[in-house]
Amino acid sequence: MSDATTTNLTLAYYPGCSQTGTAAEYDRSSRACCAALGVGLVDVPDWSCCGSTPAHTVDHHLAGALAARNLIQAELTGHDRVATPCPSCLAALRTASHHLAEDSHPNGAAQNNASPGDADPNSRTRPSFRSQVERLLDRPAPLRSVAVSVLQVLVEDVGVEAIAAAVKHPLTGLRVAPYYGCIMNRPPGLMAFDDPENPTALDRVLTACGATVVDFPFKTECCGAAFAMPRLDIMQRLSARLLDMAASCGADAIAVACPLCQMNLDLRRGQVNAFSLGQGGIGHAMPVPYFTQLLGLALGLPESGLGLDKLVLDLRPALAAAAERTAEAQKLSAQAAQAQKSAKANGKNGTGHGPKPGCKENTPCA
Amino acid sequence: MHIPTPPLDLEHARDASFQAAVASESGQCLASCYQCGMCTAGCAYTPDYDVPVHQVMRLVQLGLREQVLSCRAIWLCASCQACTTRCPNNIDVARVMDVLRHMARRAGHAPEANVKTFADSFLASVARHGRVFEAGLAAVFAIKSGRPMQDAGLGLPMLTRGKLALIPHEPTGNGKAEVAAIFARFNRFADQGAGRHSHDDVQRSGTPKASANTPKARSDTAKDSAPTTEDGQ
Ligand code: SF4
Ligand code: SF4
Ligand code: SF4
Ligand code: SF4
Repeated sequence: MSDATTTNLTLAYYPGCSQTGTAAEYDRSSRACCAALGVGLVDVPDWSCCGSTPAHTVDHHLAGALAARNLIQAELTGHDRVATPCPSCLAALRTASHHLAEDSHPNGAAQNNASPGDADPNSRTRPSFRSQVERLLDRPAPLRSVAVSVLQVLVEDVGVEAIAAAVKHPLTGLRVAPYYGCIMNRPPGLMAFDDPENPTALDRVLTACGATVVDFPFKTECCGAAFAMPRLDIMQRLSARLLDMAASCGADAIAVACPLCQMNLDLRRGQVNAFSLGQGGIGHAMPVPYFTQLLGLALGLPESGLGLDKLVLDLRPALAAAAERTAEAQKLSAQAAQAQKSAKANGKNGTGHGPKPGCKENTPCA
Repeated sequence: MHIPTPPLDLEHARDASFQAAVASESGQCLASCYQCGMCTAGCAYTPDYDVPVHQVMRLVQLGLREQVLSCRAIWLCASCQACTTRCPNNIDVARVMDVLRHMARRAGHAPEANVKTFADSFLASVARHGRVFEAGLAAVFAIKSGRPMQDAGLGLPMLTRGKLALIPHEPTGNGKAEVAAIFARFNRFADQGAGRHSHDDVQRSGTPKASANTPKARSDTAKDSAPTTEDGQ
């Protein structure tokens, strides 16, 4: 787009596996929003899986090697920052960078491990994290490139003001629950972005889009992650309470930033609703778009480039309801203004005993 | 919530080197845990745990190796980082849970067999394709877990929305071979560390080897190689 040429903000881009399949619309809408806001993205050539959660639950060096390979590939783009939409990829890539950097010290443990009770006679002979990772990679591991989330790039590099200025179709009246997922901001020492307990980046982007952001207490509560396959019951319980909370906050939609959250809350909604109904609760029909899809709509980008048709729960009814509510509110405020005007006129022309506009008797209670 | 504590046999069950081993592998100061319970309070999985996470920490301090490594909780931890974020003593509790899971694997424990099967199937998919092939992973897991119909209803909505890639998206260049080589080295080093050859590797059976920096813990690798037959649920 035209503004893309006026800034020189360009980063390497790591899509991540989910974004080639179940979360294709997250990839597509992230790219579209970045292009529209002047962020250049150069795909990491020949990228492979970051290893995600399964790798680190099996072995930290294996996880480090799988992630580090992509950091090495990212450097081939000539850019030291790698943007990724997926928080799991982000965590995997940042964890690898973090431990490789820490490992300039012989053993990461040496720094934290201050207590005599934990002293391990073997710690001196244990090979360092870096040497173990490099042994798996069979080449030196990098230190240079570092991963950031697309959300962080939009908030910190582009800026909320610039986003607000680029909005063409504000999402007026749409009540959105901002759901960050559990690892976008945690742990704070690793992610180094926003507040770990009450993050606001997503709130600010959505507000800039003209949406009404509801105060959502479960911003960072886990949705059940990848347990949908091995322990469906756990995912159902955790996702059901997120939906209940969003509904009780009056949200029309939940905006997400994580492909796994989106899958649990959208594609698996039937499973989650079945659980809620079985518990005597209620099912929910609220859509769960990626925040980049909402941002794209607000920026006036063509719907075809945002993958709205890939959402299992249609976003359009929520948008229509918001538009209707806004029209209704406008009508009411126009009526109120009219009434106030005529009251004023009455006050002038009449005996002068009528209540003054704005006095307490005239104002309906909230 | 009241969680009953199983009887502690400190006299006989205590393994004094256990705390040091966990501290060393995780790089965390375990002795500084003063049992405030903050980790458990914020853990979304506490209702599913057999041992709440602060008690896991305590059992490690007490050196109750078997009790820790055989519990379900370490398999149900989602690495959501709430505990790590909130621990007043700056202990990376999630990393400790990770390390305990590694140790449990090496010791041949898998009380949540499907969780282990899922991780193994996921990594087998990465080893084979260089990236996760979602449809293949779902199919493999459905068969291995013995619950083939659980997610059958998701196929149609995914298909109609073009979300179900039926052909793997593999890395475009050398990536696939490089990832396979990382897994091959990982398996080889794990075998060397164990001081013997194993009949198992990731590509063949979908079961990645655990690393072997504490060979003495690798007493029972036989269970490692048979993830599909120990469906304990
Ligand atoms: S975290 Fe998910 S999406 Fe990210 S690369 Fe790895 S598997 Fe693939
Ligand atoms: S909330 Fe659930 S899916 Fe989302 S970041 Fe955490 S684990 Fe990811
Ligand atoms: S929060 Fe930290 S100090 Fe408190 S019980 Fe958990 S691990 Fe121990
Ligand atoms: S990381 Fe694991 S133990 Fe810690 S709060 Fe999350 S699920 Fe619970």
